[in-house]
Amino acid sequence: MTKPRVAIFDFACCEGCQLQIVNMEEEILDLIGAVDVVEWREAMSEQNREYDIAIIEGSITRPEDAKRLEIIRSRCKILIALGACATLGGVNKLKNNFDLNEVKRCVYGKDADMPHLETMPTKAVHEVVDVDFKIHGCPIDRKEFGMVIRALLLGKKPMVPDYPVCVECKAKENVCLYEYDKICLGPIIRAGCGARCPSNGFRCFGCRGYVDHPNVDAAREVMDKYGLTVEDLRQKMVLFGCEQGPTV
Amino acid sequence: MSKNISINVHHVTRVEGHGNIVVNVKEGKIEKCEWQVPEAPRFFEAMVRGRRYDDIQTIVSRICGICSITHSLAATKAVEDAMGIKVSEQADKLRILMHYSEQLQSHTLHVGYLVAPDLFNAPSVVPLVPKAPDAVKTIIRVHRIANTWSDLLAGRTTHPVTLIPGGLTKIPTEQELRELKKTLEATVKDLVAICEVVHSVAGNLPKFERETEYVSLKMTNPPTYTFYHGDITSTDNGDGLAPIRDWQKVANEYMSAQSTAKWCKWHRDSYMVGALARFNNNAELLSPLGKKVAEMFGLKKGNTNPFMNNIAQLAEAAHVVETSIRMIDELLTKGLTQEKVKVSPRAGCGSGCVEAPRGILFHTYEFDKSGNCVYGNMCIPTNQNHANIQKDFEKLVPQFMHLGQEGLRQTMEMLVRAYDPCISCSTHFLNVEFV
Repeated sequence: MTKPRVAIFDFACCEGCQLQIVNMEEEILDLIGAVDVVEWREAMSEQNREYDIAIIEGSITRPEDAKRLEIIRSRCKILIALGACATLGGVNKLKNNFDLNEVKRCVYGKDADMPHLETMPTKAVHEVVDVDFKIHGCPIDRKEFGMVIRALLLGKKPMVPDYPVCVECKAKENVCLYEYDKICLGPIIRAGCGARCPSNGFRCFGCRGYVDHPNVDAAREVMDKYGLTVEDLRQKMVLFGCEQGPTV
Repeated sequence: MSKNISINVHHVTRVEGHGNIVVNVKEGKIEKCEWQVPEAPRFFEAMVRGRRYDDIQTIVSRICGICSITHSLAATKAVEDAMGIKVSEQADKLRILMHYSEQLQSHTLHVGYLVAPDLFNAPSVVPLVPKAPDAVKTIIRVHRIANTWSDLLAGRTTHPVTLIPGGLTKIPTEQELRELKKTLEATVKDLVAICEVVHSVAGNLPKFERETEYVSLKMTNPPTYTFYHGDITSTDNGDGLAPIRDWQKVANEYMSAQSTAKWCKWHRDSYMVGALARFNNNAELLSPLGKKVAEMFGLKKGNTNPFMNNIAQLAEAAHVVETSIRMIDELLTKGLTQEKVKVSPRAGCGSGCVEAPRGILFHTYEFDKSGNCVYGNMCIPTNQNHANIQKDFEKLVPQFMHLGQEGLRQTMEMLVRAYDPCISCSTHFLNVEFV
C-alpha cells in the first residue's frame, strides 16, 4: 500500500497550529513513518505539487490567497482546516468589525493606499472551498490532531465532540468561573480541549466555535443567575465568534 | 566564477512566515539584491480597538505562535503600565520563569529543527533522523521539556491562559516546581550534548562580518542578563539607556523606497536585535554554563557575524536553564502564596517591552476610562531586523558570489534563518509584488 501524501500550507495566521504538530515531538516520528509528508514550508525545504491530503492553516484575507487555496483544493482528495483561523476565521475576523479602508489607514497611515496592501474581509477556509474535516482550537490540541490523522489513515470518520466545554470542565471538578464573577463561554462552545482554559482559571473565549446546537436557554439562565446581561456575553463572543454572530 | 546569477526564492522555507530573496547579477554586476516580505497583513493594531483591557493579551498573543508568551507578556506589561497596576514579586518571578520556557523552546526549535539541517547539508530535520538519531532525539527531548515547562507556567504551550493584568490566574504547586527543577537539572547534560553536535559542524557557519548596531534590553539594578526588565540599550549608545516609553524614538520606523516593508534604524542605517544583540550588550552577565558555551564556539562580546546569532542562542539556552534552577530555589525558599488579583480599569496610555527569543519587542496601548482600548501599536523584532538583513545581503552577495548560484542562494537563505525571523508577526508588514 502506498503511503498517503500529505502537504501542509499556511495562510494568514500565527503558525502556532503547525507548531503544535512539531510539538508532538517523538510521536511525529511515528506519524512521518505512516504518511509521506511532501510539502511543509515551515519545517522542510522539500516541495511537491502532488498530494492526497492537504492541511490548511490560517484564514483567507486576500483574493490571491483565495485563488491559491482553490488550486490546492483541486489537487487534493481530502482537505483539512487546521485551527481556529481556518475553521472560524480566528482573531483575524476582528478586522471585519471595521471599515477596511479605515483599518488600513489605522495601521499604515499615508501608505494605506499602496496596491499590495489590498485586503478583503477575512474568511474561514470553508467560506472559500469545500472542507472535509475541521480540527478546532486556537491553537489545535496536538492529541486531537494525532487522533484525526490516525482515523483518516484507518478510513474512519474522526469523532469530534458535539457537547459544550462545561461537560469537560465539570468532569475535572473545577469550580465554575461564574462563581468568581468571570464571564466564560463554556456553556455554548464545543468541547474537545479538555476545558484547558477554565481549568487554568481563565474564561473560555470560544476558540473551538459553537457546539452544533447550543442550548441558548440554558446559557441565558446562567447569565440571569449571576446577574449578567446578554450584552456581557456578546462582548466575550467577538474574539472568535464573529463568523456566526451572536446567537443568544 | 559565474558572471550571471539569478536567484528568486519565493517563500524561504524553514522560517516562520513568508519572505522572498531576489538577486540578479549580470556580467558580474549586481543589478538587484533584495529581501522581501509578502506576508498577508493582519492589522492587529486596528483589531484591538474597542476590546477590553483584559482581552488584549489574548488577541495579540495570536500575532505569533512561536513567541506567544512574549507577546502576551509585552501586552500585559503595557496594560499594567497604562493603568498603574503593580505586580507582586512572586508573580513577577513566575512570569520570568514562564518567559524562560519560551526562550528554551524557541531557541531549541530554531537551532535544532530549522538551522541544523543547513549545517548537515540536509533539506530538513526529517532526513537527519536516520543520519544522527541520538542528536535528533536529544533535541526533541529538550524541546518537549521546554514545552512541558510552558504548560506548567502558562497553562499551555502556545497562547498562554494564566497571564492577566495584575498577576496570574493560576500558579504551580511547590511539588510541581520541585519536579521542574529536577527536570531542568537533568537537561543540562542534554544541552551540552546539543552544543557538542553543533560544534562538530560549526565550521559550516559562513565566515562573514559586518559591523552594525546591536539593540537590546539592559538591566543595571541588579545587573542581569535580562529578557524582561530594564531599559533599551545599544552598542552605539555608550552607557546611555532609553526608557521603554520612548521606543518609537529608538525604532524610528520608516518606509524604504527599495522595499515595501517598514524598516527601523537608530544610530545608523540599520540595527540588529536578537540573541547576538543581547550577547553583545550583556555577555558578562551570562550564567557560568552560558559563558562556557560561548567560549566553546569562540563567541566573544563585539562579534559582528550574524550567523553567530545561532551560537548566542545556544549560550542563552544554557543560561535560562541554569538561571531558572536558581529562581525555583528562591521561590521554594520563600514558599508560594495564593494571591488574589483585583484590578480596576482606568484611562491611560502605557508601554511594555520584553525580549522575544528573536529580539526586543515593543507594545503600546491607550485605554478609555472604562478600560476599552482606543489605540494600539506594536513593533516586533523581525521588523527591526529587516534593514539589517538587507544591508547584510548587500555585503554578502559580492563576497560569496564565487560560490555560484546554488551556493549563494544557500548562504543567503542561511543568513535569513540565522536571524530567526518570525514573519507572521504581521504588524507593520507590507505585501510586495513577486518579481
